[in-house]
Amino acid sequence: MSDAFQSWGRFPRAARQAAHPIVWQTDRLPATSGTLLPYGQGRSYGDSCLNEGGTLLTTATLDRLLGFDAATGVVRCEAGVTLDTLLRLAVPRGWFLPVTPGTKFVSVGGAIANDVHGKNHHRAGTFGRYVRRFELLRSDGSRRVCSPEENPDWYEATVGGLGLTGLILWAEVQLRPIHNPFVLTETVPLENLDAFFAVSRESEPDHEFTVAWVDSLARGRKVGRGLFYRGNFAPPQFDGLPLAKSHLSHGSGLAVPFDMPGFSLNRLSVAAFNALYYRANVLKRGQRLQHYDPFFYPLDAVQGWNRIYGRDGFLQFQCVVPHATARAAIQEILERSAREVPSFLNVLKTFGGVPSPGWLSFPRPGVTLALDFANRGERTWRLVAELDRITREAGGAVYPAKDARMSAESFATYFPQLERFKAYVDPAFSSSFWRRVTVAPAVQPAALPLQEGAPLPAVPLRSSL
Amino acid sequence: MKKVLVLGATSAIAQSTVRLLAARGASLYLVGRNATNLDAVAKDAATRGAAKVEQQALDLNDTAAHEALVERATQALGGLDGALIAHGVLGDQKACERSWVDAEQVLRTNFLSAASLLTVLANRFEAQKAGTLVVISSVAGDRGRQSNYVYGASKGALNVFLQGLRNRLAPSGVAVVTVKPGFVDTPMTAHLPKNKLFASPDKVARGILRAADGRKNEVYVPGIWALIMLIIRSIPEGIFKRLKL
Ligand SMILES: Cc1cc2nc3c(=O)[nH]c(=O)nc-3n(C[C@H](O)[C@H](O)[C@H](O)COP(=O)(O)OP(=O)(O)OC[C@H]3O[C@@H](n4cnc5c(N)ncnc54)[C@H](O)[C@@H]3O)c2cc1C
Repeated sequence: MSDAFQSWGRFPRAARQAAHPIVWQTDRLPATSGTLLPYGQGRSYGDSCLNEGGTLLTTATLDRLLGFDAATGVVRCEAGVTLDTLLRLAVPRGWFLPVTPGTKFVSVGGAIANDVHGKNHHRAGTFGRYVRRFELLRSDGSRRVCSPEENPDWYEATVGGLGLTGLILWAEVQLRPIHNPFVLTETVPLENLDAFFAVSRESEPDHEFTVAWVDSLARGRKVGRGLFYRGNFAPPQFDGLPLAKSHLSHGSGLAVPFDMPGFSLNRLSVAAFNALYYRANVLKRGQRLQHYDPFFYPLDAVQGWNRIYGRDGFLQFQCVVPHATARAAIQEILERSAREVPSFLNVLKTFGGVPSPGWLSFPRPGVTLALDFANRGERTWRLVAELDRITREAGGAVYPAKDARMSAESFATYFPQLERFKAYVDPAFSSSFWRRVTVAPAVQPAALPLQEGAPLPAVPLRSSL
Repeated sequence: MKKVLVLGATSAIAQSTVRLLAARGASLYLVGRNATNLDAVAKDAATRGAAKVEQQALDLNDTAAHEALVERATQALGGLDGALIAHGVLGDQKACERSWVDAEQVLRTNFLSAASLLTVLANRFEAQKAGTLVVISSVAGDRGRQSNYVYGASKGALNVFLQGLRNRLAPSGVAVVTVKPGFVDTPMTAHLPKNKLFASPDKVARGILRAADGRKNEVYVPGIWALIMLIIRSIPEGIFKRLKL
């Protein structure tokens, strides 16, 4: 039993959880009376990578590169290989990840299981679209190579399949070419939400990467005040830049004073940070050339930043709402959180219409918003439950990789292919998340719509205590 | 080391070392027991930049095959200037106490097969008057303890063998490097509770290459084990035999 394998938000905590390292593709899955769940790098925030009372199949040692074709940009690797390792291999040879989340410290298996998205979703869609093939190992010992052509149903169930259809052993990913490791970026200040919509619309045709940071405490007409970042990979031989310096250290991106003694995330410090961040970055408006690292992975510069939230951890909430209802729903979510529990970091972006092969994929056309909340117990959970309700009523969806609180009712609404998916779940596999969102509403009070002020069902804050 | 024979290439420490050698563009001849797993290690090395990777699945307890193995490796890489002996088993001390069959297996794999390989390699390296022999031993070989003296004896014998070999090969310019890792966090030790003394295979691999590059004689990795073993070795036997170690 180990306390070492937690999720990124460190909430909820799973205390009674065994870890079984998978070292070789030839390994057999352990026989156990409990349930199994693959575990990558634990960069999911809530409980989708946890298996309280069961066993985690850890893949950090399933990390071999199996081949790279520098002519076609196809890489084949074991599922535990991290995106960081792929970048180290590919960038010097002129290739980049087709889609990348905001951290490079995730495994390929985890990126497939959550069908992750990046700043180029409006153009490229999800990571799963670039996975050409993978091999799936089931608890009955069967192995299947899956691709859009071979075993396509298993392929579609497993992309975005939350680790429940079996263990991915290896995968083949199509990378995209780049000329150099630099991104030509531009920062545009945003007055409010309307400006966000206008700048998004105007930027998307010409910019591969778009994302906005918004001030989490702005209220009223200022809601949505923030900074819009857009960029493209730099053209060849841009201004004769010294490409040799391709591993520049992080000179920019977020400089959060994480190690300040007694630094606590209260309304005041969140306000101070947001104001500072705005002022520091608004000065950098206009175009500049940035190494890909601080552009795509600003938070990776500070190892273990999730620990600033202290023992109780934090919750992230990420939703997507369709364009038709986005304006009102995003406004309401931002205002509520500003009023009730200030979020530390708010990120806003539009998703495009490029479909994903995954049945349970989260991205869909609309606007996506991510918020970070320090876990302050019931107050935070009630807010997150409310945001879940707003999302549902707006016809949107909540991202399982970031979730610790969505209701079972919401989950079923968000993922209409759920019933079809269930037939592909490995009978020996399960997760804390899966049990939480698939129990019948009658036995899980959390699934009932919450009334204002109603006490939340008991979920132990720290089950280890 | 540019053309390296790696014995026990699927062990965690060897794999990490292979990755570092591959990144330097070395040519590698990898030997391990399980052909499928060995293939994954070979592909990994090739993808990470090894100039050339050849592999052969073999049970190294088959000492009769050693001469041919080294010959094939030399042919395949067009010469050999380094060898890493990394295969070994931890064994089960209790089982070894109950049955000689178990104890013999540990001694055979950890000492006899290594001694056989070293005999073949030493003669070749001595003749070419160049090369580096790197052997992964263990701190357990420094003093016998009730908890793992069979394993310890296999490594202790290996250490003495290597001392003699080093002495013999010094005039011909062949380096013999004895690496003594402490606790390493590998599948071999997966069942043991971990503490601060456990090092990652990557850290150990870096120590191994540093020792090989520096043509060192005996090194502890991580270095803290030199101090720990100094203390352990200096406890008088009269006291030591009553300790629970
Ligand atoms: C700072 C930060 C920024 C992020 N930004 C983004 C973003 O921009 N976009 C986005 O989409 N996500 C983002 N995420 C979330 C992250 O990308 C996903 O949660 C990702 O799936 C984590 O991968 P992991 O290897 O850590 O997997 P884990 O969190 O360990 O596991 C994730 C899921 O994958 C399954 N899994 C893992 N390995 C395998 C395998 N071999 N076979 C089958 N299933 C497996 C697990 O069972 C689990 O269901 C971010 C996370 C962080 C911490």
